Amino acid sequence: MAAYRYDYDVIAQWIQTGEKVLDLGCGDGSLLKHLIDVRQVQGYGVENDPDKLLACVKNGINVIQANMDKGLSDFEDGFFDHVIMSLSLQAMHNTQGILAEMLRVGHEAVVSFPNFGYWRHRQSIINGRMPVSESLPHQWFNTPNVRFFTIADFDALCEMNGIAVRERLAFDEGKVVTDEPNFLGSMAVYRLGRN
Amino acid sequence: MIQPQSVGIVAPQTAHFETPLPLRSGGTLPSYDLVYETYGTLNADASNAVLVCHALSGSHHVAGRYADEPDSLGWWDNLVGPGKPLDTRKFFVIGVNNLGSCYGSSGPGSINPATGKPWGAAFPFVTVEDWVDTQARLADRLGIKRFAAVVGGSLGGMQALSWTLQYPDRVGHAAVIASAPKLSAQNIAFNEVARQAILTDPDFHGGNFYDHGVVPVRGLKLARMIGHITYLSDDSMGEKFGRSLRHGKAVYSYDVEFEIESYLRYQGDKFAGYFDANTYLLTTKALDYYDPAFAHGGNLSAALAKAEADFLVVSFTTDWRFSPSRSREIVYALLHNQRNVSYAEIDCAAGHDSFLLDEPQYHAVLTAWFDRIKV
Repeated sequence: MAAYRYDYDVIAQWIQTGEKVLDLGCGDGSLLKHLIDVRQVQGYGVENDPDKLLACVKNGINVIQANMDKGLSDFEDGFFDHVIMSLSLQAMHNTQGILAEMLRVGHEAVVSFPNFGYWRHRQSIINGRMPVSESLPHQWFNTPNVRFFTIADFDALCEMNGIAVRERLAFDEGKVVTDEPNFLGSMAVYRLGRN
Repeated sequence: MIQPQSVGIVAPQTAHFETPLPLRSGGTLPSYDLVYETYGTLNADASNAVLVCHALSGSHHVAGRYADEPDSLGWWDNLVGPGKPLDTRKFFVIGVNNLGSCYGSSGPGSINPATGKPWGAAFPFVTVEDWVDTQARLADRLGIKRFAAVVGGSLGGMQALSWTLQYPDRVGHAAVIASAPKLSAQNIAFNEVARQAILTDPDFHGGNFYDHGVVPVRGLKLARMIGHITYLSDDSMGEKFGRSLRHGKAVYSYDVEFEIESYLRYQGDKFAGYFDANTYLLTTKALDYYDPAFAHGGNLSAALAKAEADFLVVSFTTDWRFSPSRSREIVYALLHNQRNVSYAEIDCAAGHDSFLLDEPQYHAVLTAWFDRIKV
């Protein structure tokens, strides 16, 4: 299993025991495994990478192969209590489409992403180089990320699309950041709902 | 880890049943034989049994070979054996020849005890559900209350799915591979053309050709040729045969010119030499009739509500006979019922026949899935 990630605890806090949970871009299934362990959820992952899909099967996690950029049309309206996308939104082309789909299929959506507005990233740009950090580990030429946005950008997008931000937490090195999250937070986790 | 090995030399067994079998088509079969093979060892609490269901032209001979026939490799030998995805060091694997077949289980070519002559056209219609009933009776006889898994590709996948609905408490896991919850109109159309080829062959004699000492080889050959087109993908046919000409140029003849013609004729002739025309008719009809959602007003989710097994559904990107979208129907109906289900869409060029190949991702997923099954 992949290394335990500190956003897992935040996500688990937002999920009730026995919920139906969909994890988009579920990787090797370690978040779902965590949620099954601590919340006894009925969990399903969506993954389109053959190696990650295989890892899920090895880990005994339900996984459905699908290309999320084509939407979630096979999933029923409001079927899931929570639809999660952990550190994958920045790798999706159709950002608005997938957010709308997450809130169609789920009562709430949980999204985490690396904050490009983080001060170290800003410093890197000022120094003339694209940021490479713990939360943005790739070089510009091999990154899977295709959308580069900040906490402030995401807030504006939610506002524009009528998405309710029910909770938002920013982190730096595993610790919650309350002041100036768009400057001091390297990663953000959102709980979203329909207005 | 060991290197994958063959199960080695195998031999079929026959189980005779005297308890009449009620059939979905009405009527009953008073008595019948089932031919089957087993690989591996049934454990003390009979918890490691896996049933492999065969497709249209398959049989009970899933793995290994017969002592006196070096070319008699089982049809899914790459899947079943020590160190293979369905590992016979862990599982007790059973292949059963379906009723109506021509490989030893009672079928149109076997003797009807009531007349002392071959059943021929009088052999009753049998369905996927009937097959599952007979497989359950064989399981009873072998002391297997519950299968660790039921597995099948294509029509075999339909049997695996049907198992989970007819005997939900007797199936722990089900792998439904390159299959569909029912045939489409196009699928039925291909079957109908194949059947018409057989039914209109003058040597068919209304299904009683055994009495005339002939075989409707032309019809069977055509049926197989049509079937074969649907088993391959456009890409794989293109890659294998393309527009290759036997003579290097057009010779303006109806003899074989394009290599694909040669291939189809060869496959058709070979098939007509060993397969039974009535079996082909019966089996394609079993395919056509299979539709578990029919009794639920077409609602597949409602039909699958009974299933308790954990599922693996697999499709292949270039399969147009049972395309990935047909597998997804099954997946999302299971999801609706909150069943445990995983779904893999394997990138493989070989079309419907992909399920018989040992494509690495496909076999890796199967290996991982079987490894998780506790026995």
